[in-house]
Amino acid sequence: MSDESLRGSAAILGVGTAGCGDASGRTETDIAVEAARNAVRDAGLQMSDIDGLITASMKNPMPTMRLTEELGINTSYVDASCTGGSSFLLHLVNGAMALKAGLCRNVLIVYGSTQRSGVRRSVIADYRRMVDPDVFELPYQPFNPPSSYALVAARHMHQFGTTRRQLAEVAVASRQWAMLNPEAFVRTPLTIDEALSARMVSDPLSVVDCLVTDGAGAVLMTLAERADSGPKPPVYLLGAGAAHTHRQISSMPDLTETGAVASGARAYAMAGLRPAEIDVLQLYDAFTINVLLFLEDLGFCPKGEGGRFVENGTIGPGGLLPVNTNGGGLSCVHPGMYGIFLIIEAVRQLRNEAGARQTAQSETALCHGNGHVLSSQVTAILGSANTL
Amino acid sequence: MSAPTPHPGFGASPERMHFAWLRDGELRIQFCGDCEKGIFYPRSLCPHCGGEELDWRNSPGTGTVHSATVVRRPDKAGGDYNVVLIDLDEGVRMMSRVDMLAGSEAVRIGQRVRAVILPQDDADPLLVFAPEARNE
Repeated sequence: MSDESLRGSAAILGVGTAGCGDASGRTETDIAVEAARNAVRDAGLQMSDIDGLITASMKNPMPTMRLTEELGINTSYVDASCTGGSSFLLHLVNGAMALKAGLCRNVLIVYGSTQRSGVRRSVIADYRRMVDPDVFELPYQPFNPPSSYALVAARHMHQFGTTRRQLAEVAVASRQWAMLNPEAFVRTPLTIDEALSARMVSDPLSVVDCLVTDGAGAVLMTLAERADSGPKPPVYLLGAGAAHTHRQISSMPDLTETGAVASGARAYAMAGLRPAEIDVLQLYDAFTINVLLFLEDLGFCPKGEGGRFVENGTIGPGGLLPVNTNGGGLSCVHPGMYGIFLIIEAVRQLRNEAGARQTAQSETALCHGNGHVLSSQVTAILGSANTL
Repeated sequence: MSAPTPHPGFGASPERMHFAWLRDGELRIQFCGDCEKGIFYPRSLCPHCGGEELDWRNSPGTGTVHSATVVRRPDKAGGDYNVVLIDLDEGVRMMSRVDMLAGSEAVRIGQRVRAVILPQDDADPLLVFAPEARNE
């Protein structure tokens, strides 16, 4: 790799979560601050060591100011890029660039939201409809985001013969992982038949095809050459890539092929890895259909085969390919923008500290973030020191 | 209200021109003078090639349902309704809904449809679709 490459240039030293599930009575700032403190402590650092801050918010257009104030830090680098749920994968790239350029020494990526117990997603959606409407979609009252993903799922089913039973396999696999994770919000058993008889929201998607919770997460990243000082094994950023294709679903170039094809290719090229060399996957499962699309677009099965690929527990505990080992956005935590939890779970797996859900010998992890209605795709590949 | 003078490129808002024509009972679709591709939603630069010479052509409003969903809503709030993506025969895609379905008929992918302009009291006209066979 050339000196210009970001491969292996930055490492994650600490991760933290707070308020996952239901944080009733607390604000999103409360839980974001707690997650930030947990990540700093996990890295063996002090809050005063933090001089870079990256965050994104669904309701606050200038979120770095409040967090800088709350955390009492002096920042030389801040960024609040927002591409929806993929933001935090993009933040890994932006943070690594800032570290490499010497703009800061320790950068904290933070997100918190109380969309379940506090200001609800529907309120935020109503506000956005007022100030920045999709005038060519809004009059038809799509129940978004579910309806946009439903249109994609319906087309995938039509084109490739994908079935609702195959989508149910994704929901069941995520639930089985969640049952192994004490931090997961929904841990009640779920069968394929129960998933198939769940109340429909926007056909072919039902209430078990998505989830909204509260939750906060934080990731602390530093330059690789300073990464050995912490109490935990560093996890390195090996590759990353982004692709943005549209905003509204009617403008998506191809409903059954996402920008993950391009973002994944960029991440694999930087990391120098192939899909077969990835040990564990964290794929942003805003809806069950996402997992099928990303398995296809990131090269784990041919286009159109995602449904057949996930049959018979392939991606669940004990399956051939561990996917969304924390229970994912479907069963663990989904506070509007889930991307930061992809990174946190990947780090826990690579550090071998995932308890009952720990996968065997994970050295490489792929995190794939999705933003808005499949609009933004960002892929990041992480690895242990052995992969440098 | 009559439509503003067609103005390729910058000037009148393409979005407003679209709705002004709908008020006049016309569906027009933008085409790029450089790459000849159709464009929807209407905009100022061709998204395919960056061309600035965009002209508006009358559309027969015929197309095919590319995908469809039914939004579930309690009966007391108005009941279920469909939301679809339509591919017009000119090669552009738009969100809409399919009205005038017979009894228990469900909208289906691949169904042939034709545009209907529904005037609204306090809003821009609404472009919806009906099964082609029932709207000739």
